[in-house]
Amino acid sequence: MPAPLTRERLLEVLGTVPDPEVPVISVVELGIVRDVASADDGSVTVTITPTYSGCPAMFEIEKDIRAALAGAGVARVEVRTVLSPAWTTDWIGPDAREKLRAYGIAPPGRAEQGGLITLSRARAAVPCPWCGSSDTELRSEFGSTACKAIHVCRSCRQPFDEFKPI
Amino acid sequence: MRTPEHDEEEPGIATGAAEGGVQKVAGVRGPALGAPLFEYLQRLGDDRLILGHRLSEWCGHAPIIEEDIALANVSLDLIGQSVSLLKLAGEVEGAGRDEDALAYFRDGVQFRNALLVEQPNGDFAQTIVRQFLFDAYSLLMWEALGKCGHAQLAAIAAKAIKEDKYHLRHSSEWIIRLGDGTEESHARVQRAFDGLWRYTAELFERDGVDAAVAALGVDVDLAGIRTRWDAIVDDVLARATLVRPADGAMRRGGRVGKHTEHLGHLLATMQIVARSHPGATW
Repeated sequence: MPAPLTRERLLEVLGTVPDPEVPVISVVELGIVRDVASADDGSVTVTITPTYSGCPAMFEIEKDIRAALAGAGVARVEVRTVLSPAWTTDWIGPDAREKLRAYGIAPPGRAEQGGLITLSRARAAVPCPWCGSSDTELRSEFGSTACKAIHVCRSCRQPFDEFKPI
Repeated sequence: MRTPEHDEEEPGIATGAAEGGVQKVAGVRGPALGAPLFEYLQRLGDDRLILGHRLSEWCGHAPIIEEDIALANVSLDLIGQSVSLLKLAGEVEGAGRDEDALAYFRDGVQFRNALLVEQPNGDFAQTIVRQFLFDAYSLLMWEALGKCGHAQLAAIAAKAIKEDKYHLRHSSEWIIRLGDGTEESHARVQRAFDGLWRYTAELFERDGVDAAVAALGVDVDLAGIRTRWDAIVDDVLARATLVRPADGAMRRGGRVGKHTEHLGHLLATMQIVARSHPGATW
């Protein structure tokens, strides 16, 4: 029986699984993968957390994780979903943020702490990922996926997505 | 103000002693209620399932494309939250029912959602007022439940509050835009507040189920939430140049399974596929 894969190797494999809706970054970079561990018998447990309660991509992500690990020779995989601590965009690291920007998605600002809500007019403008201008306008807090908002740049006239801070 | 109409429906009252850790709660005139925590989780889950379904009815029909996307997004969040809540409810019940069984194979009298969320979409003003009234309540509920003594429920709350902040911001801004907009939009949004106001008191009424789950560590200060909800509503109404409706006769009954005629129609649409093809996968 081959030795169980190391945690580093497992994370490397999971690092090749792209987010189905934001394929430029992996499920590890997004912070969806919270933990991975292998048992002595070679089985692997992956702990994941949803980005949004109703994110339909979670089913695809679970399937993709199983497929990637199967490809690396892991025969038995358990995928466990946890809700606590709640996912936050603050877990997305600097490299992944740069990848988002290069792909045309404005990376998230710091997640709002405490307080109930701030009405949009009081929020800082999100810089355009295409031209860098801060002369932008929020068109809708809800975009093509749960995690994105729609903005328009007044300088270069491009609409763009923001990975919204949560 | 209590009126004859207000008094018509009595919410469930906790009766009897705890039996094997499961305390039964019986409605005075409504259907018999189950164990308190199961009832409580159904109330939370059903509010979001039914409102989520209502919002999904706008998909492809909203006045502008951004709003079509927004309402679908909010709907998805709410249905996602209901999945977590009804899944937990099924585990608490321990009778082998999962979230799908609870969503698709209960009848109207078994639903525990507040009457507010089952009200029809009406025009866009009615939809957005219904949403605003619920969002403000929901956000405050999640904030309280995030600190409750039930770990799984607290985790669901901590996740959901992040989503609900976007929902409340969205509905608040629409109320302001419509109220402080044209004569037509102002009149319609005021009419919507006047029409839906009678369903708001139910959200803050404490009954035997609330008292029983408080003993299990899920103790929400509904009176305090009401005070804060009033402040949010008053603030947005003032910005929107709208008038707060007077508290007249209030409708209630949803929490013990007594619903308006609108729920049956909604369930017929929502449940038909699952009931026509039980166990089907795709």
